Amino acid sequence: MSHAKLNQFETVRFSKIYSLGASRGHLRVTNDEIAGPIDSSDEWIRQRTGIITRARADKDQSLMDMAVEASKEAIAGAGIQPSEIGAVIFSTISHPYQTPSAATLLADLIGANPAPAFDISAACAGYCYGIAQADALVRSGVAKYVLVVGGEKLSDFIDPTDRSISFLLGDGAGAAIVGPSDEPGISPTVWGSDGSHWSSVSMTGSLLDFRDGEASWPTLRQDGLTVFKWAVWEMVKVAQQALDVAGIKAEDLSALVTHQANIRIIDELVKQLKLPESVAVARDIVNTGNTSAASVPLAMHQLLKDGAVKPGGLALQIGFGAGLAFAAQVVVLP
Amino acid sequence: MALSHDEVLAGLAEIVNEETGIDTDSVKMEKSFTNDLDIDSISMMTIVVNAEEKFSVKIPDDEVKNLLTVADAVNFITAAQG
Repeated sequence: MSHAKLNQFETVRFSKIYSLGASRGHLRVTNDEIAGPIDSSDEWIRQRTGIITRARADKDQSLMDMAVEASKEAIAGAGIQPSEIGAVIFSTISHPYQTPSAATLLADLIGANPAPAFDISAACAGYCYGIAQADALVRSGVAKYVLVVGGEKLSDFIDPTDRSISFLLGDGAGAAIVGPSDEPGISPTVWGSDGSHWSSVSMTGSLLDFRDGEASWPTLRQDGLTVFKWAVWEMVKVAQQALDVAGIKAEDLSALVTHQANIRIIDELVKQLKLPESVAVARDIVNTGNTSAASVPLAMHQLLKDGAVKPGGLALQIGFGAGLAFAAQVVVLP
Repeated sequence: MALSHDEVLAGLAEIVNEETGIDTDSVKMEKSFTNDLDIDSISMMTIVVNAEEKFSVKIPDDEVKNLLTVADAVNFITAAQG
């Protein structure tokens, strides 16, 4: 038996988000442009969902283009070199290849090659899943800086005649650099899943069904009532747990940044959490639509850009969606 | 204490009014949510969630499609309270 002593990573006490980056689809698609095939109207869509326009990418703007743009902004904002990035995590459900991952290509394109890189499939919870992973990687000493991207080009997976979800969806990417900190910057994550509702937000068919001619091109669908009720009742509990484990109260928050699913869900969460009016509530859905994994970082980036919140304040961020999967944490705003 | 049919009807009418602007007096037992009150599926979701909160009941997803009229909803909520 060898008595050689192993090295292990030196742990780091705290982590924080250093910076954010954002990229949206170049097109601003109005309600009038999409209302026809779903027999709806601008007024109806605004009133029911809050959306006035959704950002969408055209054929010449790829998921990777948006991810690179958002990542470069975050890297520059953090004041680090791409070569210092110790891991790249890409949360997406719309990367159009089963393999290889989106993250390895992104790492190469931004100059972070040969950093370990992998994708997360947790849909609208994906970015908050990514922050949980990045926090763990940084504090365990595995990586000094981690790039987390939530990015989607959902317009490749929509059906213009679908009234359940397609008309809500937009395209974009949000990025964050997570690294070591002298003070706590990311609270313990409250996260989980409920696969008993696996089919409540799903695709119209699998790729095998499509190959065999048994389904048309798979697009997104949801059971609105099931998802709405789950999002309101269960996510209120998750949000409250996130505040509890962070050791803070709602009135300590500067901002609530939820997944931008639907203005109705956001308004219900604000009501149920009894947030004081001093808390800025992200409503990026109005101009950007629902961008799944990208929505939380895009919405936080917009709040900071608009001056609605200041760096150093506390934000509760919560993602929830297909899986069903959810994750919430309180973060110090970069 | 469980509420009576009339009290549940009055509370439900307030929720419908808040969501859709429909006059509370128009929310009568025999009215159909979709055909008479012109309430769409997204408004119905909000009404269901608010009713669950107001009356402290659970309205299962499978049950919502059976709530065609105001009376269906009032009867379900009244029974669920008990």
